[in-house]
Amino acid sequence: MSEVARESRRAGRLTASPAIILLFLWMIVPLAMTLYFSTQNYVLLDPENRDFAGLENFTYFLKSSSFLHSLLVTLELVGSVLVITVVLGVLISVLVDAKFPGQGVVRLLLISPFFIMPTVSALVWKNLLMNPVSGLFAWLFQRVGLTPINWFSDWPLLSVVTIVSWEWLPFAILVFVTSLQSMDPEQKEAARMEGATAVAVFRYLTLPHLARPIAVVVMVEAIFLLNTFAEIFTTTSGGPGDATTNLPYLVFTQALLEFDVGTASAGGLVAVVLANGVAALLLRVFGKSLTQA
Amino acid sequence: MKRSLSTSTALVGLGLLLGSGSALAATTLTIGTVNNGDMVRMQKLAKTYTDQHPDVELRWVVLEENTLRQRLTTDITTGGGQFDIITIGAYEAPMWGRKNWLMPLEKFSPTYDVDDLMPNVRKQLSVDGKLQALPFYSEGSITYYRTDLFAAKGLKMPAEPTWAEVRGFAEKLHDPSKNVYGICLRGKAGWGENTALVTTIVNTYGGRWFDEKWEPQLDTPEWHQAVSFYVDLLSRFGPPGPSSNGFNENLTLFNAGKCAMWVDASVAGAFVTDKTQRQVPDKVGFVKAPRNVTPKGSSWLWTWALAVPTSSKQQQAAFDFIQWATSKEYGALVAKNHGISAIPPGTRLSTYANAEYMKNTPFARITQEALQTANPDSPTLKPVPYTGVQFVTIPEFQAIGTLVGKSLSGALAGNAKVDAELKSLNEQVQRIMKRAGYYKK
Amino acid sequence: MSDMKKRRRIAETVRAICSWLVALIIFFPIFWMMLTSFKTELGAFTMPPEFLFTPTLENYREIMERNDYLHFAWNSLVTSGGATLVGMLVAVPAAYSFAFHPTQRTQGILVWMLSTKMLPAVGVLVPIYLIARFTHLLDSRILLVIIFALANLPIMVWMLYTYFRDVPRDILEAARMDGATLTQEMYLVLLPVSRGGLASTALLSLILNWNEAFWSLNLTTTQAAPLSALVASFSSPQGLFWARLSAISTLACAPIILIGWASQRQLVRGLTFGAVK
Repeated sequence: MSEVARESRRAGRLTASPAIILLFLWMIVPLAMTLYFSTQNYVLLDPENRDFAGLENFTYFLKSSSFLHSLLVTLELVGSVLVITVVLGVLISVLVDAKFPGQGVVRLLLISPFFIMPTVSALVWKNLLMNPVSGLFAWLFQRVGLTPINWFSDWPLLSVVTIVSWEWLPFAILVFVTSLQSMDPEQKEAARMEGATAVAVFRYLTLPHLARPIAVVVMVEAIFLLNTFAEIFTTTSGGPGDATTNLPYLVFTQALLEFDVGTASAGGLVAVVLANGVAALLLRVFGKSLTQA
Repeated sequence: MKRSLSTSTALVGLGLLLGSGSALAATTLTIGTVNNGDMVRMQKLAKTYTDQHPDVELRWVVLEENTLRQRLTTDITTGGGQFDIITIGAYEAPMWGRKNWLMPLEKFSPTYDVDDLMPNVRKQLSVDGKLQALPFYSEGSITYYRTDLFAAKGLKMPAEPTWAEVRGFAEKLHDPSKNVYGICLRGKAGWGENTALVTTIVNTYGGRWFDEKWEPQLDTPEWHQAVSFYVDLLSRFGPPGPSSNGFNENLTLFNAGKCAMWVDASVAGAFVTDKTQRQVPDKVGFVKAPRNVTPKGSSWLWTWALAVPTSSKQQQAAFDFIQWATSKEYGALVAKNHGISAIPPGTRLSTYANAEYMKNTPFARITQEALQTANPDSPTLKPVPYTGVQFVTIPEFQAIGTLVGKSLSGALAGNAKVDAELKSLNEQVQRIMKRAGYYKK
Repeated sequence: MSDMKKRRRIAETVRAICSWLVALIIFFPIFWMMLTSFKTELGAFTMPPEFLFTPTLENYREIMERNDYLHFAWNSLVTSGGATLVGMLVAVPAAYSFAFHPTQRTQGILVWMLSTKMLPAVGVLVPIYLIARFTHLLDSRILLVIIFALANLPIMVWMLYTYFRDVPRDILEAARMDGATLTQEMYLVLLPVSRGGLASTALLSLILNWNEAFWSLNLTTTQAAPLSALVASFSSPQGLFWARLSAISTLACAPIILIGWASQRQLVRGLTFGAVK
């Protein structure tokens, strides 16, 4: 390789440094403080009584009766939303990847849910749409002679999954649509000319092209979804019972409501462990698509 | 990058100057408040105050109750100093006062008439007799009922109904085919939502949260009976999906004419008689909240109050403002601008001695009675180590109340059996109390 | 028209119709919310729901009267835009490095970047608040810009990485052959060609910052409070509030929708292979 090329390569590797350094600082300082607080008996409403608590915060948090269930709820929520958004996202972006009148408007409409604040989305879905007495869905059900569903009483997790999927579908669509722009149209034409069906084109050309974007969407969404909080807080408050209490919500009720910084920090660290586990698992499946040539 | 930031800051500064008008204010007071109607009204009427005090500028942070509480607590307990005036409830006031986070309020202005404040309300906000916050408005819980539906079935609502009578009425009036439900009650999980209501029911059954040694009492016969009654009543004669209905959802239902009865906050009286907010005005009756073996603790008591944190740098100016906002003059100002019934309820005896107010506000008398009987120092039949009618004034109660609330909503949704739940809850509450150090000898 | 051409036309029409249907279904809750913003509070929850009614601007009027909407909107613009700008400045070189000069540690570093987002905000509220208080940055726009930029940096790097990987290497090789320096390579060749990816990443970051409602509520009071704080002030008070909430949400997302609309041509335009051939 020429001298210029090697120089270029070295410089190219260094351009990532500012990002890495900044993120490192951003990560290390709160993480260090959280680690420190997690070993302390620190309740905001009682700041005089601070002492070393060792691993007590952790045992307290892990032994709470809802802990295991909250792990399950978290994984169910993340898994369902991932599947829904990726599958629908791919299908919809392929559908709209064509020239037709109003293409721009359609794309804007498709990503519109992302423009609304999560709390507002949750409130609109809960009260204007899903309310079993005065919501729009109830009215539609009654028109066709069915009894309206008590969404948040009978199907709480499903209701929350619906709202969160609706919020995140635009993200998947945005990424996939942008990525599909870079597909070579001549390749597709050539395949068509040789008699390939639309399904075959999808399977052998489109899907592989989308492999990396899918991996990115999965990883990014997973990280966000593991921390879903606002939607649950606004609609079900984690209930009925523990039906929609995920790990961040458990940290909230177990720790933050009592302003127990020690346990909140411990809970936060537990959430980090879970997130690492999930990330490692997802990488096994999608890792290759991420960095392959 | 730098250039654009300083330009933008300059533009913003200009905008703020142009927007706020009083650019040369010597004192800026930051007020954190709840977004309830009475507070919003205060925000609008505060212009009168700044007109009288041109050197004072008011900045408002308006948030929903739970968010505000979290925001304020984070700031006050870390000494953030972001707020000069805070809106807190009867729950925080004594606790924070005891920690010396609130400026103790004495040396009132001569026209304030602090003895005019309702005794129970004043008790709620005091520590060792000293006021820690000034009450803005108070509420108790009362029973709302549809006089027309009662009349149609020939039923008569007694002045002091029992829960058993209420159940009887609910059964007779429950008619889902006509979209009318016997009774609407809070079912949404939350220490200030369903737990508050259920606590009053437990109180009237003779139960209590903790005994004198702080042992939780959730596994006692009174709790079992009260909770079973509540779950049975609401799931049989209530609207669909009751476990997600809080105050607002029930208000919406009642105003849409779908509830024959509703036991909830007295402040809803203003909303249910407001023609712009309901479909069937003038057909609402008001009586006391239902009782059972005892009337003690049947009505709750909640006050929103204004306080000055000790971390504020403008304590005297802040104190002057909160006196104005809770004074008789303010009440008169509200009456002039929004009608006499809009006076912030439940704080001053003089409000209820005002004949015109009583005449024009149909729910005033019942509210007054509710507030007089709700004694935070002695809320239950059996003695208790805590104060508070529908909550327990300890820092752990937010978490405990929410935990219990979630369980109750689960029982309501049919996911759990009441008896088993209460047993498990008792253990969990004990765990929380133990960790908080209540059992250390 | 030949048979095959006819079938093509039908297929295309069906496709267009389906696209519109899907888009309208997804947009419907927002449409319903915007519609509700023009109803009275009473009309907002009547059953059967009102589809035809006399609209009122009462809700909007009340919002404007009660608050300084422009102040909040300006804060949102400055914090979201500023954070996006700062983020892009740092993320583009990083994504370039990972996409075109990868090493064995690239995947590890990418995943590590994502892991900085694993601490749930509720767990880390107090440490961050203490830091903000210590640095006297409470209630400042700068603080929000920093936090937003850092919080979304991993996402931006990941997305830009994806789009950069779709750029054919030959274009950059060709520029290098022609003697272009690193900066020239990036600015004159890479950026123009990946405009679509840059636009969608910037838009995503803008939206995420605009709608952020945890740090923006907890770290600001009045000076730096963005639109999310204004929306929060209309959420769940005592009493009916659906119409007003719908109105404030419409006002809050209006600027973003306008920006989205303005940039949708950028979003649609992708890599132009014509440039290569």
